[in-house]
Amino acid sequence: MIDFLAMGGYAFYVWGAYGVTALVIVAEILAVRARRKMALSEARLEPAEVMR
Amino acid sequence: MIPWYRYSSPASFYPLAGRMIPWFAWAAAILALIGLVIGLSIAPTDFQQGDAYRIIFIHVPSAWMSMFLYLVMAFWGALALGFNTRLSAMMAQAIAPTGALMTFIALWTGSLWGRPTWGTYWAWDARMTSELILLFLYLGVIALRSAIDEPRRADRACAVLSIVGAINVPIIYYSVKWWNTLHQGSSVRLGESKMATVMLAGMLIMSFAAWFYAIAVVLMRVRTIIIERERGATWVAELTEMRA
Repeated sequence: MIDFLAMGGYAFYVWGAYGVTALVIVAEILAVRARRKMALSEARLEPAEVMR
Repeated sequence: MIPWYRYSSPASFYPLAGRMIPWFAWAAAILALIGLVIGLSIAPTDFQQGDAYRIIFIHVPSAWMSMFLYLVMAFWGALALGFNTRLSAMMAQAIAPTGALMTFIALWTGSLWGRPTWGTYWAWDARMTSELILLFLYLGVIALRSAIDEPRRADRACAVLSIVGAINVPIIYYSVKWWNTLHQGSSVRLGESKMATVMLAGMLIMSFAAWFYAIAVVLMRVRTIIIERERGATWVAELTEMRA
């Protein structure tokens, strides 16, 4: 396990790359979810038009 | 025969996209898991680069996606310009942030790979500089949209910028051939590859994971954009998620 985490001495580079990638992907998913909630709640305030 | 024209309207594409998202999301998650196991443990340590080379399992797929997504964005933009279709403009709008994200990941991981391997985080090498311009193009498209209040005008302006900027994609792709600067050429070629099979397998699996992730998140975003831009339409008001 220690060997695995050490990445042959390149831990900073390898985990820096994988860690930031994971972080931005999670951030993107959360941002899209938040935007969807926002869009839905704003759409609820809008009265529906009969003709469109 | 699939009735494509039927799904070109936001109202019918919205539920279809909703049904597709879980499939792509799960495929992405499972493939990423397999790819990570291969990339981080099964694939042997490189005899020249040590374990630092393991960064390429995210670097190469994200770099491929960054270029490919740009072309797809420009394609949808061109369709929107040519046929004045709303959904294609929304697709182009939905792709830009994910494209920017893939470009950022490609640059970031490339930088962290370059330091132990080349001895520098950054160089104004042809490949790296053109990839940085790709990031600015994505950010430019996003900024241009937010600067124009009227959505349909923003669609057209963004489409023009995307199409003009597409010239950068072949420049990135061929940069390692045209200019002999720091970044090495491709190690993957159809038929003959310079990589060990297990490394190549890991990279391809991670590429498919990146593909499916991009599709899933772009579909999530395009559904949100449809709600944002079609709110007030009767079909939006009738959605079950509107009742909550």
